[in-house]
Amino acid sequence: MMIEQFLIAKIAGRRIAIPTAQVQSVIDLGDIMPAPLAPPQVRGLVAIRSRVVTVINADVALVAGTSTSENRRAVITVVDGHDYAVLVESLDEVETLARQPLSPGMALTDGWRACAMGLVELAGEPMLIIDLAAWIPSVALAA
Amino acid sequence: MDDLLQEFIAETRETLEALTGEVVAWEANPSDRARLDAIFRFVHTVKGSCGFLDLPRLARLSHAAEDVLSAVRADKRTPDTALVNAVLAVIDRIGELVEAIDSGASLDDSSEDMLIAALAENAAPAVTSPHSATPQRAHNRSVRLGVELLDRMMSGMSDLVLARNDLARRLREGDFDPRVEAALERMSLTVADMRDTVSRTRMQAVEALFTAVPRMVRDTAAELGKSVSVRIEGGDVELDREMIELMRDPLVHLIRNAIDHGIESADDRVAAGKPANGRLTISARQSGNHILIDIQDDGCGINTSRLVAKARALHLYTDEELAAMSEKDRCQLVFHPGLSSRDVVTTVSGRGVGMDIVRANIELTGGRVLLINNPGKGLTITISVPLTLSILTTVIVEAGGQRFAIARQSVEEIVKVRGDRVRIDQIGGSTIATVRGRRLPLVVLGSLLGIEAQGAQTLVIVAAREGQFAMAVDEVVDTEELVIKPAAPAVMASGVYAGQTLPDNGLPMLLIDGSGIAARAGLTFERVIAGEEEVAVAVDDATRALLFDDLDGQRRVVALAAIDRVETVDVATIRFTAGRLRLTCGEALVPVHAVAPIDGAPTVSVLRLTDGGREIAYAIREAVEIVSLPPMSAIAPATGSDMIAGVAMIAGEQVELVDVHALFAGADRPKANAPLCLIHADESGWMANFLKPAIEASGYRCVTRLQPGEEADVALAMAGASIDAATPGATVPLVRLRMDRDPIGPGDASIYRYDRPALQAALAIGRGQ
Repeated sequence: MMIEQFLIAKIAGRRIAIPTAQVQSVIDLGDIMPAPLAPPQVRGLVAIRSRVVTVINADVALVAGTSTSENRRAVITVVDGHDYAVLVESLDEVETLARQPLSPGMALTDGWRACAMGLVELAGEPMLIIDLAAWIPSVALAA
Repeated sequence: MDDLLQEFIAETRETLEALTGEVVAWEANPSDRARLDAIFRFVHTVKGSCGFLDLPRLARLSHAAEDVLSAVRADKRTPDTALVNAVLAVIDRIGELVEAIDSGASLDDSSEDMLIAALAENAAPAVTSPHSATPQRAHNRSVRLGVELLDRMMSGMSDLVLARNDLARRLREGDFDPRVEAALERMSLTVADMRDTVSRTRMQAVEALFTAVPRMVRDTAAELGKSVSVRIEGGDVELDREMIELMRDPLVHLIRNAIDHGIESADDRVAAGKPANGRLTISARQSGNHILIDIQDDGCGINTSRLVAKARALHLYTDEELAAMSEKDRCQLVFHPGLSSRDVVTTVSGRGVGMDIVRANIELTGGRVLLINNPGKGLTITISVPLTLSILTTVIVEAGGQRFAIARQSVEEIVKVRGDRVRIDQIGGSTIATVRGRRLPLVVLGSLLGIEAQGAQTLVIVAAREGQFAMAVDEVVDTEELVIKPAAPAVMASGVYAGQTLPDNGLPMLLIDGSGIAARAGLTFERVIAGEEEVAVAVDDATRALLFDDLDGQRRVVALAAIDRVETVDVATIRFTAGRLRLTCGEALVPVHAVAPIDGAPTVSVLRLTDGGREIAYAIREAVEIVSLPPMSAIAPATGSDMIAGVAMIAGEQVELVDVHALFAGADRPKANAPLCLIHADESGWMANFLKPAIEASGYRCVTRLQPGEEADVALAMAGASIDAATPGATVPLVRLRMDRDPIGPGDASIYRYDRPALQAALAIGRGQ
């Protein structure tokens, strides 16, 4: 069993664990400029210091019918050299936990299945380990 | 030139260092193909650069080494110890020479002949003289830095600008000491200055890449005895220095290739109906998140069948594979190592090594090389490299409360929708804006992007690559110079953006791609694919034309590209001789075309037209002005009028467009309606040499063989000649000539071959008159 550090967060009403290796920083976002015609999970662009960061609203991928998120708190991650801010409802502590495989037969709904990498258990509560990159509209789309 | 030399030295030094390992490995195993290729590329590059920088000694050495290595690559020579040693000695010598150039020291060239001689087959090994002490390296006032460090400097600079703006905003909110204001002002100036300097460390105008091009084109063309004119466009696009460096070598290779392989010799060009001057256009532009550099020539294009034949001869592919290849795949063969579409090796290029290096270097950067081959008409090579960073002057527009930037380069004009200068109409399902008589498709930016547009009070006329359109925006805010970076793939995927930027107000902004907007809005411009050629011509002189009053009082235009010059000549120098008007120019005669008699004035204006080889003088009354021709599609074709190509509307007036092609086709040739006489020539040559000129002088056109579709009015043959019934024209009325003065018998209808009046009469009867 692997012991890792996870950032515990809440997205779409669920508690999740994000491997800290994927997290560059955690920040409260300022004004978000929309990016018209981009896929729905792209909430817009935001400036963090001198960088322009693409804001991802994961709720869209997870819960059908969700559109705008009023969340302002975000986890910054870098995928393929681009900076992304993934919006979260709330953030908890960083915990050191053991990574477990997904329970067999567990039927995850579409959005969750794509991003789940395993399970962790915190004080008896199981939660999914999330791969942030899975929420970022793929490059294949851009080609 | 000094910059280029410095770069060449730095680069050669660096490659030599990297090559040391390869050299040693090759020495150990001379049959190692990869090492051989690496060394070959090195000498090839050195050769290319020094031809351009005028370093004859280096050029000679590298050329000699290249020859030998190329023989080894072609398995014509085996890399034995003597050969390897000789090549290594040459490489060492190149290194010494480069150091000597750098330090300005002179280096004795006595041993170079020996080095080159040693490369020859069965040569005695060169006596390797103990190396003279390598000259001291010159002190160089430049340093090399990691790009990452520069990037950190750039982003630190942007942070500083934002912090300054924030500070200024906060200070404005309260009362403060004027001395603080002064200090802030000073800081702002320093920051602005710093930002400029810092951007210069990372960015460079593409011009830096292009400045050396004209000279190189000239020298290369001169070397090959060709004449090539070059046009450079878009040099002000600013690019990442890293990219500029990466593009330098490929560009040099491609331009040399274009001149050597693409553009034909002046004679061939004239024969193919092209101007004698080859034309090369190098242009840079930004498209989406790529920078595109086009190298376009109007030469012969790639001869794919020859490529295929060579690939077959070299057994690179099986016959089945070659047969299955599309035309596009066949073009791609040009990138195959060791394949070159030309059979003759020249000093300029020509071993096929260029193209594989070019592609390898560009693909290294994540870029691509695209070919648009127009056999016989030219080749366009597009180098496309990803845009990592660029500084653009942009126009900032607002639509639905959101701001967007668009490259200043692509904005043609900004007009307010007010008054009667601009009219907006619904035609069918689309909206058309009419700006000063010009109809343009209209795209409302806000609606296209799916955001609420308020007034759409302003039109931005956008010149995209495919065509022009009007883009309605709420307002035009400002112009600003911005650092553009690529946006996230998901954002770029929408196809309407070219990148993202952070202006001074600290709010991210997207850069709009004009072509992308046009595509998204479903605008189709007619000459998208097939027009590549026409577009290139259109930007040239071809669209401009000279408007003039002709001798008959008609107003006509003639394409400017066909005019060599306009001059006034003495009417006395124009004479009607041997069937047509001719102008005496010094020792030469130039055929004159005049639509009406030249009379009255002692002088007349003539347009000296040229097709690159021949000249025609076109007598006119007066030149009026230079105008722009409408596109060919808007020119009504002429019906039944020779020397006129069509009618164009110029400034609301019908103007005849002179058919330059017909002028040249008609000049110095008998009139097309002259009767055609077919001569069944025998081997003696008498008919061709004696008879033909005589018949032509009597007003016939003579041919010895009929072209398909041609019909002779009358034919001539010697009395004894038998005419095969299958020969074209065998049924044409025939006049036979005999050798003797007297007929052989009463039934002999032939004519004595020197009896000219009888011959003319017989011909006239033969053709039914």
